[in-house]
Amino acid sequence: MSTAAPSRPLPLPDEVTAPFWEGCRRGELRMQRCAACERFRFLPRPMCPHCLSLESEWLRMSGDGTLFSFVICHPPVLPAFQAQVPFAVALVELAEDPGLRMVGGVLGCPPDRLRIGQKLRVDFEEIAVGVVLPQWRLAP
Amino acid sequence: MPGVAIAGIGQVEFSKNIGRSEVRTAVEAIQLALGDAGLPAAQVDGLVRFDMETTSEVEIARNLGIPNLRFFGEVGYGGGGGCAAVGHAAMAIETASADTVVCWRARNRGSGGRPWAGTRLEVGGDAQFSVPFGLVRPVDQIAMLARRHMYEYGTTSEQLGAVAVAFRKHAARNPHAMMREVLTLEDHQASRMVSDPLRKLDCCLETDGALAVVLTSLERARDLAQRPAVVVAAAQGTGPEHVVMANYHGPRILETPSLWAARDLWARAGVLPSDIDCAQFYDAFTPLVIFSLEEYGFCKPGEGGAFCEGGRLEWPNGDLPSNTSGGGLSEAYVHGFNLILEGVRQVRGTSTSQVRDATLCLVTSGAGVPTSALILGRD
Repeated sequence: MSTAAPSRPLPLPDEVTAPFWEGCRRGELRMQRCAACERFRFLPRPMCPHCLSLESEWLRMSGDGTLFSFVICHPPVLPAFQAQVPFAVALVELAEDPGLRMVGGVLGCPPDRLRIGQKLRVDFEEIAVGVVLPQWRLAP
Repeated sequence: MPGVAIAGIGQVEFSKNIGRSEVRTAVEAIQLALGDAGLPAAQVDGLVRFDMETTSEVEIARNLGIPNLRFFGEVGYGGGGGCAAVGHAAMAIETASADTVVCWRARNRGSGGRPWAGTRLEVGGDAQFSVPFGLVRPVDQIAMLARRHMYEYGTTSEQLGAVAVAFRKHAARNPHAMMREVLTLEDHQASRMVSDPLRKLDCCLETDGALAVVLTSLERARDLAQRPAVVVAAAQGTGPEHVVMANYHGPRILETPSLWAARDLWARAGVLPSDIDCAQFYDAFTPLVIFSLEEYGFCKPGEGGAFCEGGRLEWPNGDLPSNTSGGGLSEAYVHGFNLILEGVRQVRGTSTSQVRDATLCLVTSGAGVPTSALILGRD
């Protein structure tokens, strides 16, 4: 009988999002930026919504962010997350641009210590072989 | 579209386990709606479905013996599509694409399991940026917005509770409602956290049920069995940079698609929020009601929480009696379609919590997804 923990849902990269996840594997938080008008966009997509250019590049971010909102998940949750309850999921605003917000997990901090506005620092967690998520810790 | 009316409504019982298939309950509800209107099934020539509906147009048509569908289509984005389905039906009638159009929703969500529990092991598309981090359930996706609303405006869990308490009072008067026992604010505050800051009693019910409406021209509806419910206006909206449910990436995070639907709705109807006699707000989760009060213009941004205090949503004496059949929180959760039927009952004058002389009723569909809304009027 298997005693392995239930599998977590894993991101399934596609042509557009692959550079984001490849960055995570290398320990870099990357964001997509328009090569023409140089504006960031998230979620990733082929076309710039500002200038309609199809050319884009991926830039490494500082990894600094601010806690914009969060939830604390209690049961019932997916079996893969059961061992972690109660656990927090954060919405983080990136230092480079307040319009760049991303969802992420929180590491190393009890959920009841979280407050909107706290400074966060990205960290990378390998949740399956070759699958790395950008997660967040309270900034030192 | 003041030339179109809802002429008939039908619903089967609401249940945790109805014991019949969705296609069976769908055709039962449609048959009841046609009977209510006094129209034979063979006259139906249009159908509009929800994209998440498991029953198809041709399956419905085969069961009801409909000889030909001249107009059919579907509206996407789950609970955001209910009022839009009615709006599309009304447009079909206005453009003479069809004469008699049925919209329906049949869903065994009580016995059929939670959609999120079937999350795949590999998640692509937009959800690859939220689900792998544990943001999986609809309640989590809305709780993220609720906490930000609390932070920016001081909205409280007790104000959310006031929504649940108000709607339960209305459900207690509705013999078809699933939850009819008294609910107090203390009960709400004692209910367990599901996705902090949201509690179990901030969440809608899990229901098996089916409902249908039949639309035709107002002129024709006046010769049918019931007082017509005029489709005064319908509108849809998405807003910019929309991401379904995890809608956190637009320029202003506390603006939901409802704000955009509202602008068109009021302009098309030529009325103001102050003209509305009662409202049926999409209430999968209590904060959605607070967002909608603000975005449909019943109060200013940030004042939605306070608006729910002091019984202002309650029949019969509140400023804006809302979800007068109990809504998704206490009557039934069938993707908000029961809200449309209650809107019809209000302008007919047949609700179990009837607002006196109700002439205009606002009905809204899912907030936090591409949404839609209706204004129904007494003929």
